[in-house]
Amino acid sequence: MTETKSGSNLEKVLTAGHFAFTGECGPPKGANAQHLKEKFKYLKGSVDCVNMTDNQTAVVRMSSLAGCALMVADGLEPNFQMVCRDRNRLAMMSDILGAYALGVRNMLCLSGDHQSFGNHPEAKNVHDIDSMQLIALVKKMRDEGKFLNGEEIDVPPKMFIGAACNPFADPFEFRVHRLATKISAGADFIQTQCIFNMDKFRDFMKQVVDKGLHERCYILAGVTPMKNAGMANFMSKYVPGMDIPDSLIKRLKGVDKRDQAEEGIKIALEQIQEFKEMEGVAGVHLMAIEWEHKVPEIAERAGVLPRP
Amino acid sequence: MIVADRKSLEEILGMVADREKILILGCKGCVTVCNVGGLKEAEILASTVRIARKKEGKPVEVAHRVLERQCDNEYVTQLADTVADYDAVVSMACGVGPQFLSEMYPDQVFFPAVNTTFFGGAVQHGVWEERCAGCGACGIHLFGGLCPIARCAKSLLHGPCGGSANGICEVHKDTACIWDAIVKKKMDTGHLEDLVAVKPFKDWRTARDGGPRRSIREELVKGNI
Repeated sequence: MTETKSGSNLEKVLTAGHFAFTGECGPPKGANAQHLKEKFKYLKGSVDCVNMTDNQTAVVRMSSLAGCALMVADGLEPNFQMVCRDRNRLAMMSDILGAYALGVRNMLCLSGDHQSFGNHPEAKNVHDIDSMQLIALVKKMRDEGKFLNGEEIDVPPKMFIGAACNPFADPFEFRVHRLATKISAGADFIQTQCIFNMDKFRDFMKQVVDKGLHERCYILAGVTPMKNAGMANFMSKYVPGMDIPDSLIKRLKGVDKRDQAEEGIKIALEQIQEFKEMEGVAGVHLMAIEWEHKVPEIAERAGVLPRP
Repeated sequence: MIVADRKSLEEILGMVADREKILILGCKGCVTVCNVGGLKEAEILASTVRIARKKEGKPVEVAHRVLERQCDNEYVTQLADTVADYDAVVSMACGVGPQFLSEMYPDQVFFPAVNTTFFGGAVQHGVWEERCAGCGACGIHLFGGLCPIARCAKSLLHGPCGGSANGICEVHKDTACIWDAIVKKKMDTGHLEDLVAVKPFKDWRTARDGGPRRSIREELVKGNI
């Protein structure tokens, strides 16, 4: 593969066969660009690209598109997250064009958490199209150079197309089929939901490899280091789609409160080591939630530095 | 059918607070079937309002009556002789009723006594569930006879989303994940391949997004002339 689809750094890293390491950054609850730039400092040089979340958990924040533009200006590569909850197809296509014009080269296509989980539960949701169709839409715009209605695009947006996958949601047997559909729709790479249940993930990856899906798409395993046992408890109870084994909570509780953060990082590092060896896994997506300053340390200790 | 819930007594009393002679008007259509706005419910509401107002020291004259259907001008006209006798009319029909009434009797005020909620049916005595979103382009056969537009919180055409757990929707613990049911049905019947292709983008022009809708049956229109 000599010619890339998008020319993004992430695409180059993956096509060259390197183990990818991506990060995540939540925009501020305000127009505080300075706050965002502080976070960028920790991510620069530690990861291949950074996901800019889009009103995650349905809480209003600075727009992911604006966050991506600030990131590009700062010399960091963004992965523009877009959810189907807040935009119809017109807004989506226009934001994709705008993002590309601002230098964005990666996108992650998502359904979006339901607004009832967020801070404006009274809101009307959109869901004009779903995440599967958003993938197909970005691909059509890139590969055919056309809008959804078939009209030509003057300078098509060449995006490296990402999608999410939660191997832990039900029905488990169907998850690999849904992943296959995302790949058929046009996903170039997948970032999975945070993985805590390693047994289940191994089982899932076996199905992925058996179907040869890892050869059609790059799969990045989602890792979230736990700051303490309380965070693990909270995520287990209140965050939809999380599968957190009791053994993990027990392990965190088993150490002194002051040492729980270090224990959480150790668990994440053990996971990353296993993912490096796991067949079909092309990289890790590190979601250090409001813990961006720990990313350089985790990357260093995981042995993924320097980045290519 | 159309399902509705009755508004709280407090809200209804608030709407008619300054009225002294009111009519509570039921409907024998859907709201009778879902036990919210038929003759019996109109009678109960009338006496409840009467008692409440008496307690407040502001007695009110309340009559009640039921029409065959408030969504049909043939029956709405039956009110012509008496509608002006009241300060206000409280309709217990779905949202269609008070509008047909308002259109026919522009000088009268019609208050809605119910909140119209959805198109659905009773799944057990006293429990109704939504089944249809009225999108104007039915494709339930593609989903094992189960509608994801109406029954998935995100109207996904390629579910279930990552929040589906043990057959339950992430949005509410009492809501079944319809995509879980669709997938299981396709698996059980050996038709999982129906779900692997990307479905065409939905054309929402037939839904409310295309503007207020109108249904014309030419042969009936001609017959009326």
